[in-house]
This record gives sequence, C-alpha cells and structure tokens, in this order.
Amino acid sequence: MATATTTIARKRSALTRGQLPSYAPWAVVAAAVILAAAIMALVGFNALGWGVLSAVLFTIGLVTWSAAAEGSRKAKDKLATCLVVGSFLIAVLPLVSVVWIVLVNGLPGLVTPGFLGTSMNGISGLQDNTSVNTGSRVLGGIYHSLMGTLLITLWATVISVPIGLLTSVYLVEYGNDRALARAIRFFVDVMTGIPSIVAGLFAAALFAAISGPGTKTGFVAAVALSVLMIPVVVRSSEEMLKIVPNELREAAYALGVRKWRTILKVVIPTAISGIASGVTLAIARVIGETAPILVTAGFATKINMDVFSGWMSSLPTFIYTQILNPTSPANPGPSVQRAWAAALVLIIMVMLLNLGARLVARFFAPKTGR
Amino acid sequence: MSKRIDVKDLNVYYGKFLAVEGVNINIDARSVTAFIGPSGCGKSTFLRTLNRMHEVLPGARVEGEVLLDGDNLYAQGVDPVTVRSQIGMVFQRPNPFPTMSIRDNVLAGVKLNNRRISKSDADALVEKSLQGANLWNEVKDRLNKPGSGLSGGQQQRLCIARAIAVQPDVILMDEPCSALDPISTLAVEDLINELKENYTVVIVTHNMQQAARVSDKTAFFNIAGAGKPGKLIEYADTQTIFSNPSVKATEDYVSGRFG
Ligand SMILES: Nc1ncnc2c1ncn2[C@@H]1O[C@H](COP(=O)(O)OP(=O)(O)OP(=O)(O)O)[C@@H](O)[C@H]1O
Ligand SMILES: [Mg+2]
Repeated sequence: MATATTTIARKRSALTRGQLPSYAPWAVVAAAVILAAAIMALVGFNALGWGVLSAVLFTIGLVTWSAAAEGSRKAKDKLATCLVVGSFLIAVLPLVSVVWIVLVNGLPGLVTPGFLGTSMNGISGLQDNTSVNTGSRVLGGIYHSLMGTLLITLWATVISVPIGLLTSVYLVEYGNDRALARAIRFFVDVMTGIPSIVAGLFAAALFAAISGPGTKTGFVAAVALSVLMIPVVVRSSEEMLKIVPNELREAAYALGVRKWRTILKVVIPTAISGIASGVTLAIARVIGETAPILVTAGFATKINMDVFSGWMSSLPTFIYTQILNPTSPANPGPSVQRAWAAALVLIIMVMLLNLGARLVARFFAPKTGR
Repeated sequence: MSKRIDVKDLNVYYGKFLAVEGVNINIDARSVTAFIGPSGCGKSTFLRTLNRMHEVLPGARVEGEVLLDGDNLYAQGVDPVTVRSQIGMVFQRPNPFPTMSIRDNVLAGVKLNNRRISKSDADALVEKSLQGANLWNEVKDRLNKPGSGLSGGQQQRLCIARAIAVQPDVILMDEPCSALDPISTLAVEDLINELKENYTVVIVTHNMQQAARVSDKTAFFNIAGAGKPGKLIEYADTQTIFSNPSVKATEDYVSGRFG
C-alpha cells in the first residue's frame, strides 16, 4: 500500500525577517579598515586618525547595510550598540594608555637591582653623573618612601577607621534625623570636598600649636590624611549600615539583646564586608596624596621608621621631588627613571588595594548555600 | 513557665497618630489566643506593645497598662530588655541572622548576650529547641551550615526555635505562616499546639481556619475607617466567635461578608 507523502515546500518562515549574514560585521570591519587606510594615505597617515576613521566608517557601513537588509529597528539597535561600545573604548583608552606609559617608563627602574631595597641615603649628583657617563646601573631606591607610605597610611587608617565607623554607627543607629545627626552629615559632606592641601595645612597648623612650629613627622601626615579619609569612611560605612534590614535588629531586640550588643554582633557583622571594602577604597584614595604629605612630613632621603619624629618620605613626594629637583641637575635621567618606577609601584599598590577590597568583601560576605 | 497577660485601657500611638484605642483584654496562661481582623486595624501594632517592641520605632509610644502576671510592663523603671527576654516574638517574615550558622541562630539569644554556656549544654539546648520547633530531623546533619540556606518554612521554624531557646514565658507570633506552604503551616500549627503546654501563645492571623484550628480564644479587631484608630471589638472563646458572635461586625467578618 502506498503512502501518500506530502512535501511541504520550504518557504521563509513568517516569523523571521531578513537577516545579516553572520560574517557581516567582519566584512564591514575589513572594508572600513582598508577604506580608512586609503583615505589616510591621501591626507597623511597617523594611527589615531586611522582608528577613529575606521570606527566611524564601520558604524556607518554596518548600520546602512542593516537598515537595507533587516529594517529600521535592527539598524537602530546596531547604531546604539556601536555608540555604547565606542564610548566604552573612549573611556578606557586614557586608563590603558596611563598604565601602558607608566609600565614602559617605570619597568627599567623597577627591575634595577636594589631599587626596592635601598634608600636615597648617600646618593647625590655624583653617583647619578657617574652612572650616566659610564652607563652603569642607576643607584638609589625607594625603600624609605615605600616604608613611609606604608607607615603613614597605616596610621591614617588606624585613626580614621574607628572615628569613621563610630560616626556612621551614630548616624544610622542613634541619629534619628536629629539636629546633631543632620549637622554631622552636612559637615561630612563638606569635608569630602576639602582640597587635600587644606587638610595638610590644617594638620601642620594643629601640630605647630601642639609641639612647636615646623613639626614635620609621619604622624602629622597621617593626621592630614585621616582628615581626608574620615568622610569617605563615614559615608561608605553609613550606606552599608543602612542596608542592614531592620528585621535583623528587631529579631535581636526580641531575643532580649541590648542595643549596643545588637549593633556590635548583628548589625556590624552583617555589614562588615561592605565596610571593609569601603575602608580599603578609602586607603586607595589617600595613598597617592602628595601635597598634604609635603607640608606635614617633608621629604627625606634616609630610612625613617619612626612616625613620631623626623621627616619622612612617601612615594608621591618621592616622585614629586625627583622630578622637580633631580638629584643631579645636570643629568636628570636617573631621577626621572626612579620617579617613573616609583609611580609604577604606586599604581601597583592601588591596584592591589582594589583587588584586596574585592577579596575582603568576598571573604566577609554572609555565607549562603546549604 | 508561663504567665498571663492583662491589658488595661491601652492606647497606642505612632507619633500623633492614634493607631489602636482603648484595648482591654485578659490572656490566660497556657493558652493560645488569636488576633483576627482586617488589614490595617492594628493587630501587629497591638501585638508589638505586648513585649515593648513598639517603642523601637521613632516616635512610637503607648498609654495604659500591660500586666504580665500582675507586673506592669510600662511602669517606671522597667527595663524593656528584661521584658523582651521574657516575652519572645516571631515575625511575619522569617529573619534568621545571615552571618550565623543554624546552630548559632538557635543559640543567638544566649551568645549575643555573652552568656557563658558549656558545649554540652549548648548542644542540648540546640537539640531541644529545634525539636520543639519540629526542625531537628531536617537540619541535624547540617547544623553548621548558614541559616539562610534553609527553605522559607524551615527558616520560620528556625526563628521559632530561636525564640523558644531563650525560654520565654510568652511567645508572640505575627502571621507566622503567611509565607509558608500548607505543609509547613501544618507543622507550625502542630507546634503551636505543643507550645501551649508550656507557654502562653498569642498569634495574629488572616486565616480564619487557622484561628479556629489553633486558638482557645479569639480577639476580633476592627477599624471604623481610614485614619481612625483600631479597636478591640469582641473577645471570646474561639467557638463563640466563629459560631455565635455577639457583635454584627464580627459575624460579618468571620463569615466573609465583610466590607
Ligand atoms: N511604622 C509606622 N508608622 C506609622 N504608622 C504605622 C506604622 N506601622 C503601622 N502604622 C499604621 O498603624 C495602623 C495599624 O497598622 P498594623 O500594621 O498594626 O495593622 P495590621 O492589623 O497588622 O494589618 P495587617 O493585617 O495588614 O498586618 C495602620 O493604619 C498603619 O498605617
Ligand atoms: Mg500586621
């Protein structure tokens, strides 16, 4: 018995519209790059212009083709995608180029033996002139500045975190929009906008009044930095404490737990991951400050591990002085090399801090899962 | 241990807004009392005044007396923290502490107050409380896992275990089953029936069948209109409220002819 087989003629689905072939973007890229190169060859070649022109041609080409093949909705979608990606590239370009330039300029100094482990003690124009004239390696390093930066930032953190955290606890848990709380919020906002040099001058003036004019130590610098850090810590901790659900506080109260214990053992532990990463970002924010350290800790060439006496160097002031007053005015090359390498170290530290903030947040985050 | 509660002429305010007016009620020890009534009539508000949780909100205050076995909770010099450790509360939404394990959640009342407890006592308390909350068998193998990893119904029973671990005299429950499935609801209702032997239980519910199933006495609250204070309309044996109420509004509400 024969079965009748019907063959349905394959037709285009009523649900789809015209589509660009999958190779379309690549084809347009190739065409745009070649066309842009040709145009640039006519008007005089430069790489930046070539890149920009390629991007513009690519956008025009792809959108026109899409409009013809797929209709206007898809074309608008492609246009928006191109604009978004384009803005993103424009935004990361400066960042990438900064990192690149610092890397290129700083790496030779950084890999010089002794750069991280020695100070500038005993390095004068003489040594720099010799190394330039004979081509021997650049002497001197940033050990004193590295330690200065670490110590000053550590002390600034030790001062700012308790003050900032307690302030935010007051604002969130006890303030209740009272006049005092509103005043504190206002002044914290004002402090956020204080120019850093003003913070430096404040600390210098404060310690001039306490222990005589011209007192310059690492601790004074730490106080200056904490003036900058406290508002950041207050603001970020306040936001974190605010998002702790009220239900958790009520749950603790309903168990007969006192308010201060509730704050200490329920509210802060719940918010600790956000608070800790806020603190880390606040550190990253002040670690590169130059002006306030210059006026409070001066600049040193020797290793000084005592924050309570004597001038201290830090990475930003090291960079500043090396560029502005090269160790050997006749041959600034070695100083410039050291400055770039110090800048590279500073950038690496800030990146590590940001990375640390993420790890800290993950480490402290409330555990979930079964 | 279990204590009775007597409320005399209680007015409850949020700032200037009178939310609940003139409540008089006598709640027996070792009984289950259900509060029913339309949304917004002040059941939660009134319940929270029974363990001084109301005043936690800024501007909230209370007039009148709440007597726990004859002692006024609102007398001068009464420490609300002591009151709350004797009158526990379970909230509408399960709220285990996210930073703590299941075990630590049960022990929260002890640990947060820094009371010393030996490991064996703690183990015994955890087991007893979780068994009391019908949760032991489900979690006994993962006591050190976070409490937030439990299902909603398990979390709610964990919160009940946490509340009974501090051995209060009274347990207040604000719609404890509103986020639960029928099976967990049944488990919680069974639990309430068992709790009755040792505790005074007060429960707010929107579920008439639940009120009828679990409670000995029922209080019907109502509100005259938006912005008006809520009032206690009728308070009697659950049987009476559901089959033979004396006030028309109660009858309308329990028979579904409300509004
Ligand atoms: N925090 C608050 N501040 C001001 N008014 C409030 C607050 N909480 C509740 N109210 C008001 O108090 C009244 C009673 O609210 P309550 O939450 O006690 O009602 P309820 O009977 O529990 O309702 P539901 O059954 O929906 O839970 C309502 O008018 C409500 O708007
Ligand atoms: Mg309610």
